[in-house]
Amino acid sequence: MGVEIAVSGLTKRFGSQLIWDDVTLTLPAGEISVLLGPSGTGKSVFLKTLVGLIRPDRGSIVIDGRDVVQLRGDDLYEVRKLFGVLFQDGALFGSMSLFDNVAFPLREHTRKSEKEVASIVREKMELVGLAGAEEKLPGEISGGMRKRAGLARALVLDPQILLIDEPDSGLDPVRTSYINQLFVDLNAQIDATFLIVTHDINTARTVPDNIGLLYHKHLAMFGPREMLLSSEEPVVRQFLNAQTVGPIGMSEEKDADELAAESGQELPPLPPIPLQLPTSDGRPRRAERTAGEWCRAHDVTPPPGSFASTTAGIVGVRPGADA
Amino acid sequence: MTVVTNGLRQAGSFFGLVLDVAKALPKRPFQLKELIQQAWFVASVTIVPTALVSIPFGAVIALQLGTLTRQLGAQSFTGAASVLAVVREASPLVTALLVAGAGGSAICADLGSRKIREEIDAMEVLGISPIQRLVVPRVLATMLVAALLNGLVSVVGVAGGYVFNVLVQGGTPGAYVASFTALAQTADLVTAEIKALLFGMLAALVASYKGLTAGGGPKGVGDAVNQAVVITFMLLFVVNFVISAVYFQVVPQKI
Repeated sequence: MGVEIAVSGLTKRFGSQLIWDDVTLTLPAGEISVLLGPSGTGKSVFLKTLVGLIRPDRGSIVIDGRDVVQLRGDDLYEVRKLFGVLFQDGALFGSMSLFDNVAFPLREHTRKSEKEVASIVREKMELVGLAGAEEKLPGEISGGMRKRAGLARALVLDPQILLIDEPDSGLDPVRTSYINQLFVDLNAQIDATFLIVTHDINTARTVPDNIGLLYHKHLAMFGPREMLLSSEEPVVRQFLNAQTVGPIGMSEEKDADELAAESGQELPPLPPIPLQLPTSDGRPRRAERTAGEWCRAHDVTPPPGSFASTTAGIVGVRPGADA
Repeated sequence: MTVVTNGLRQAGSFFGLVLDVAKALPKRPFQLKELIQQAWFVASVTIVPTALVSIPFGAVIALQLGTLTRQLGAQSFTGAASVLAVVREASPLVTALLVAGAGGSAICADLGSRKIREEIDAMEVLGISPIQRLVVPRVLATMLVAALLNGLVSVVGVAGGYVFNVLVQGGTPGAYVASFTALAQTADLVTAEIKALLFGMLAALVASYKGLTAGGGPKGVGDAVNQAVVITFMLLFVVNFVISAVYFQVVPQKI
């Protein structure tokens, strides 16, 4: 069973540069959340702050009754055992084979025999589709395989929380869909709390239960998927629909002149909200909610054509799975 | 102002790392396998260059002294002075320069590339301290290899001096060997070994610090290696001076 992460008032600066200010959100236990944001808004910094690799200037991160920000030394290492983290490039140990990489946490933290270790490692490697590649070195395999091996390593200690940094960077759309499907299936299987950091909109629209958007040094919005996908808030709307019209500019936010020039333009209508990606065997996840539930509960009319399919007019997400 | 505060911050976090290493030293399980691997690695990159450097080094000392002693009419002391110079100063410094230049730079590059590939972060997240797992065995391995190399340099340097003095300068073999103990004493060798241990420790600590704080992609690793070697060299000469000064105060000299 996953655990809840309660973040409040988190602020981080590097020198005089503010990264984000006063970020407050709660990642509900056992649910999949996605953290979105334009490049360079400190999404990865946020992820590293959650595991205590980077210390924030202010705020607290409460996990299981303990504040990660206040923890030091061995207590911090203890809390980290709740986490599985998948870094951008997998962060595999270059000198070890994939098998040894995946076995590493088991050998360090448990007193399991080599035989038990081997059986767990094989099970996890199979889960991520890497059976047969055990003896390869990280330098000999593709980026997608490294990511999956990193995922297998993050899974061996049965984490309560899974943090995933840009699973789709450097992957083709098909592999991205496969890895997204894997996350959904994993969530159904291990019930951990998932946080996926990405700027891939397809992932953000179909995978999570909750979406958060970091923009302009603060958390613009965090809430259930349907809330953000039906939101008229300019930043959220621009980002989730990948448009140039809106407050986000090429370099940072747009200046007043650019915004004034856009003021007359009519925004394209919100695209329909797609169905959430189901598990591959149809087994419901514990955190799963019925499509449209949030919209009905909050009296929001979803855009026309919503909840018709998982693709909802956007290409690349499991075509053929709609029937 | 920022230059000063930045320098102080760097020095502060370096001492932080040194304290962390000291704290992690007694922690179990001790990484014996890593220690042996690292010791072998550092030895393999330093032995040959060290031997090759120490032969001309011994010869140069013999050359300088040979001319001088002949002018003073003290040829019988060439061996004594050469041993003194090689054992006391030359061998710990040659050792230190090569341990820092070859061993330290390799350690820094290794840790730095692990840092930018997020391997270090991954290790932290997996609940394993990189200080205990990676830095402690490297520091101990470098100290061990430095102490052993110091012995090698002493022997090769003195032998180089002997060959040069006897074969090239026409010195007397007997006089060269007989005067060995005229000036030098056992305390010199002990001090040299202590120096080598300290230099090895410094080289490994600076290399680890710079490697673990590398950032900014492959170029950052290159910069880190460069800085590590330069900083180590500067520290080595200061520390060498301090130890020598203390040595002359504490240990009574023969003449």
